[in-house]
Amino acid sequence: MNQQPIIQTADLRKIYGMGDIAVAALDGVSVRIDPGEFVSIMGPSGSGKSTLMNILGCLDRPTEGKYILAGEDVSDLNKEQLAAIRNRQLGFIFQSYNLLSRTTALKNVMLPLLYDQNNHRSNEEREEMALAALTAVGLADRVNHQPNEMSGGQKQRVAIARALINNPSLILADEPTGNLDTKSGYEIMDLMHELHDRGHTIVMVTHEPDIAEHTERVICVRDGKVESDGRDGANHCAQPSPAEGRR
Amino acid sequence: MNFSEILNVAWEGITANKVRSLLTMLGIIIGVAAVIIMIAISAGTEATIAEQINSLGANLIIVTPKRGTPGASRTLLFSDAEAIAEEVHGITGVAAEQNTTTLIVKSSEAAFETTATGTTADFPDVRDVPVGDGRFFTQQELDRTAKVAVLGYGIAIDLFGEQDPIGQTVTIGTTKFTVIGVMAEKGLVADVDYDGRIYIPITVVFQKFAPSQMAGDRVRTIYAQAESQETMDSAILQIESLLARRHDVELDSPDFTVQTQQDIISTQEATTAAFRSLLAWVAGVSLIVGGIGIMNIMLVSVTERTREIGIRQSVGATPNDIRWQFLTEALMLSLVGGLIGVVAGVGGSWIFGASGDMRTVIVPTSILLAFGSAAIVGVFFGYFPANKAAQLDPIEALRHE
Repeated sequence: MNQQPIIQTADLRKIYGMGDIAVAALDGVSVRIDPGEFVSIMGPSGSGKSTLMNILGCLDRPTEGKYILAGEDVSDLNKEQLAAIRNRQLGFIFQSYNLLSRTTALKNVMLPLLYDQNNHRSNEEREEMALAALTAVGLADRVNHQPNEMSGGQKQRVAIARALINNPSLILADEPTGNLDTKSGYEIMDLMHELHDRGHTIVMVTHEPDIAEHTERVICVRDGKVESDGRDGANHCAQPSPAEGRR
Repeated sequence: MNFSEILNVAWEGITANKVRSLLTMLGIIIGVAAVIIMIAISAGTEATIAEQINSLGANLIIVTPKRGTPGASRTLLFSDAEAIAEEVHGITGVAAEQNTTTLIVKSSEAAFETTATGTTADFPDVRDVPVGDGRFFTQQELDRTAKVAVLGYGIAIDLFGEQDPIGQTVTIGTTKFTVIGVMAEKGLVADVDYDGRIYIPITVVFQKFAPSQMAGDRVRTIYAQAESQETMDSAILQIESLLARRHDVELDSPDFTVQTQQDIISTQEATTAAFRSLLAWVAGVSLIVGGIGIMNIMLVSVTERTREIGIRQSVGATPNDIRWQFLTEALMLSLVGGLIGVVAGVGGSWIFGASGDMRTVIVPTSILLAFGSAAIVGVFFGYFPANKAAQLDPIEALRHE
């Protein structure tokens, strides 16, 4: 495996507070994820998996350590630069979809193109691209519907189309099936597999072992550290107690 | 994002909540309209005053005793007026004025207290106050202190009602006068009610009505009419040197004042300028209040739309993109409000003017001033909320319910 990794972190730390009350949400995380991988991050709430996700998603910066995303060191970038990285390299899929509620599916999907600093496409081009992305997730007939006129599964498909529109290096999914019924959840997972098969690199945070089972590799996080990292499904992770929340 | 995309997003933000946006703009609309209307009203007032003062007589030179000079009220004499008429070149007429003390004036119909104005035969020409009916008194009547009176338009009605006053007798104090004329209607000019005046020969005032502490032929004002605008300056210089010589004073410390209508207009303007700037400030304050309204609603909007901001940030909106989006929204609110305010202000000024009592003159610079202020208010009060939006942490913003 000589290819350049998509994600390469070295000893990531995220420390909240200072001095005696300082809490390390991440306490030295080093992971490597290669192109084309489909990886789950599991862990009980408070384990630091959300913090890790935020840093991997360039929504937050590590206190210490290095994060190299697609060959670019992003650990010390400022807010403006991180925004550009999110736009160009990353596609997000959230548990609660995070679509603009009063905006049509088409415009929601076009949104990342609007903030693309490198490509100034015409409105027609953007609409074409968004239409293609919506068609790819099976929503060609819903382009002019607003999110509040759609089912949860459809909303998540719109979110996936939006995540794909800028052809990102990495797709980050945060509990993508968390708000969906079992059937829609499986449909979304099928779609994720389809993306994976097309060569997309996907990192997914979940607390559901049966969802994690879908992925070829599972990283377990506990107390801000990588507890285990394996390719045998979720079995190697200590099971979170049922009482624990979703994050 | 390019400019048209920013505008588009801001427009969507504004139209998402139309009633609220309209109410927010209302502050700016009222402020801008108020500035324009206030300035139009005060400009109308000024124009009226300037016209009235000009109607006191064309190319008028006004000589008065200098206020504040000890004994000055004793210095201006009827002989000064006569000397001006004889010696100064470039003037067409001279009129002097001296009032009586307050006296009882009565006719067969009515009686009341007032003062009579003693003046000279040139008065109607010099002061541009034409005679309506009958005639003004002549130089001969002046010379022989004829007991004749010319009534102002209003006082003629007060004294004689429907009757023709000409040929009637009016008693001023204890002296009987024959009415020989009635002036044309003139109205109130620079606080003087010309229709309420009674004109008698100034020589009669000297003879019969001089206030006791004043002796001889003292006058309160001498009016001289210059031939034209061009001879004004020369006439003023001649009058000044003549009077300085006659009064035996230095030219640079005279005991009299020589003014033109322009001086009086300037003085009036100084008074109305204070009034106008007061109005403008009041209107300006309402603009600022409008701006605070915009800031308030933008802060609410930023809080309400925190999730939206988080979503935009997650797909790559930079702090600058977010800042521009909200600043443009605030600016758009104030500019659209400003535009509606300009229409309302111009329309309002027109309606005020057309409805009668108040004269209005729409000042183009006031439109620029008001609209420009609205724009500045938009940027000023929009920046803080926009900056607040830009500084939001994407993680917090996405978590916001």
